[in-house]
Amino acid sequence: MLWLLFFLVTAIHAELCQPDAENAFKVRLSLRTALGDKAYAWDTNEEYLFKAMVAFSMRRVPNREATEISHVLLCNVTQRVSFWFVVTDPSRNHTLPAVEVQSAIRMNRNRINNAFFLNDQTLEFLRIPSTLAPPTDPSVPIWIIIFGVVFCIVIVATMLLILSGIRQRRRSASLEFLQISGTRESLTSLGASCLTSCLHGAPTSNL
Amino acid sequence: MDEARPLWATPLQFVFACISYAVGLGNVWRFPYLCQMYGGGSFLVPYIIMLAVEGMPLLYLELAVGQRMRQGSIGAWRTISPYLSGVGVASVVVSFFLSMYYNVINAWAFWYLFHSFQDPLPWSVCPLNGNRTGYDEECEKASSTQYFWYRKTLNISPSIQESGAVQWEPALCLILAWLLVYLCILRGTESTGKVVYFTALLPYCVLMIYLVRGLTLHGATNGLAYMFTPKMEQLANPKAWINAATQIFFSLGLGFGSLIAFASYNEPSNDCQKHTVIVSIINSSTSIFASVVTFSIYGFKATFNYESCLNKVILLLTNSFDLEDGFLTVSNLEEVKSYLASAYPSKYSEVFPQIKNCSLESELETAVQGTGLAFIVYTEAIKNMEVSQLWSVLYFFMLLMLGIGSMLGNTAAILTPLTDSKVISSYLPKEAISGLVCLVNCAIGLVFTMEAGNYWFDIFNDYAATLSLLLIVLVETVAVCYLYGLRRFESDLKAMTGHALNWYWKAMWGGVSPLLIISLFVFYLSDYIITGTLQYQAWDASQIPTVRKQL
Repeated sequence: MLWLLFFLVTAIHAELCQPDAENAFKVRLSLRTALGDKAYAWDTNEEYLFKAMVAFSMRRVPNREATEISHVLLCNVTQRVSFWFVVTDPSRNHTLPAVEVQSAIRMNRNRINNAFFLNDQTLEFLRIPSTLAPPTDPSVPIWIIIFGVVFCIVIVATMLLILSGIRQRRRSASLEFLQISGTRESLTSLGASCLTSCLHGAPTSNL
Repeated sequence: MDEARPLWATPLQFVFACISYAVGLGNVWRFPYLCQMYGGGSFLVPYIIMLAVEGMPLLYLELAVGQRMRQGSIGAWRTISPYLSGVGVASVVVSFFLSMYYNVINAWAFWYLFHSFQDPLPWSVCPLNGNRTGYDEECEKASSTQYFWYRKTLNISPSIQESGAVQWEPALCLILAWLLVYLCILRGTESTGKVVYFTALLPYCVLMIYLVRGLTLHGATNGLAYMFTPKMEQLANPKAWINAATQIFFSLGLGFGSLIAFASYNEPSNDCQKHTVIVSIINSSTSIFASVVTFSIYGFKATFNYESCLNKVILLLTNSFDLEDGFLTVSNLEEVKSYLASAYPSKYSEVFPQIKNCSLESELETAVQGTGLAFIVYTEAIKNMEVSQLWSVLYFFMLLMLGIGSMLGNTAAILTPLTDSKVISSYLPKEAISGLVCLVNCAIGLVFTMEAGNYWFDIFNDYAATLSLLLIVLVETVAVCYLYGLRRFESDLKAMTGHALNWYWKAMWGGVSPLLIISLFVFYLSDYIITGTLQYQAWDASQIPTVRKQL
């Protein structure tokens, strides 16, 4: 009688957890890709931890605080490592709806990943999309700051060059003026001396 | 004639000015492409022959004319013959066209440079889509670097008819680029002479650093082997020779009047023959040097993509057949595939269409030139290097130096005739003329910052200068040899520099170079006529990758 009951229970469990069963999810781990030489072996203890993490995630959903580790069923473990899991209700006859399990896993994805030293790519829950990290957008884009700095430097340098050019031109213009007025003075004195010498019959002009 | 014509402080400044003008973006993004398309190592044969036969003689001619006439292009050609002032005007107009669109490249270089100070680099990751479950659709279909170029930088419209609005970000960068150019040309040779030390030397520093880094990258040797393996049959391809001649011609920047302008600020006794040889050899060696760097980067990128492709296939097979993680490696991939095909035929045939055929050759064969090479391929390689921010900053700084160096030559070609003209320079000081030219160019250049701006850029790049320059240089050569008289020019040069003119230059100027230019001209003219409706590459978000549309 007991044997019959045992077989019945395992049969029901087997029915509940099957590949492509209703509300079942496939999980895929890539331990060697993630950890290389430090990859641990996937054994029943790791499976226990996994069941514990799923049960933990379900317990954080309102109305599901009574989920136990024994309610999480794993099956079809392959060498990959990949397996299917379902979460049953306390009566162990029905599986919890996929939507609830999905949202629970999504909320706690980070904790589950960290428990196994994996990330979203190496611990995959098929059919449970992970929320991608939003890009960190600073309030002022960095490029504008750098642009502003370079722009100001160029403007300042241009202004300096233009102003120094103007100043140089004014200085050389005033120098020229001084030279011209100096020449005029010497010319007038020359003219005065010529008048006196010219009246004495010197050639009139070779100016 | 002009008492106080400004001079270069040392002949070294003149050499650096010519180098920084000639060594430009074409050396980095056009020559490697040509090398790849026309037989790798064997392309060097037509290239060097054309350098000796066409490049050096024409360069010497322009420098000699400038140094002898001591005026910008308009004045110089008017002195040779009053009927030829049109040649000078043509040079100025072509330079004007070039400076209009060329500075947009500097604006883009600034944009990428400013964006390089972030972690992660903005072109290395796709932005998320609306509900944060995946990446933006356009970015998924293309790659993140293409998305950043076409969507974030250009915000390109699907066709040239849809002009869109002026994008303020590239417009700001364009204004900055023109301000920088104005700063450098403000005082004429006094300021330009100092700037060219940087614009000529810094690109070489960066190229050296990149050479060392590039050669140590994983997979660089694949690219180098691919490039330098000579494909001798390409020597029989006339297109290889035509492209070699064209590349030498445009790479040296002949016909714009910039070389005449630079040489007009020389001492009359300057030995421009020696400088010709130096500048042309440095220009060509830089092209080869840059293509070594480019091909090691290509090799790295191709190897990286090839290995990612293989890893994707491995992951696909591992997941489909639930094999042990790490069991499938690159080395046993083929035998495991055949084993799986025989052991699980039905399942394998399901998976088979998704298995891509990864090939290193096809990755290497994607030959790219122009802005696509500089802003898409290089950035893709840079994002996979360690400390990518540093490499990115160095690279775009180098692009900026190369671009600004060429811009200095272009603006000199426009400004020297203007400042030489008595009419204009009596009304306005030098600074005002430069400012006015920069302002007008900047205003017109804003067209290239519109959404369809890149299509206009491509059109200008392909068609603005080609035929005009060939015609200008042809008329120049014929004018000096036959109108002015080769003997007269020879005696002028001898009086000026003190050296006799070598027979080689006379032979080239008189016969070979004009014939070459005529044949190039005829080829391009017939090419345009035969092609019929002109086409351009468009980026349509609904049809990725690029699609050819008609003008």
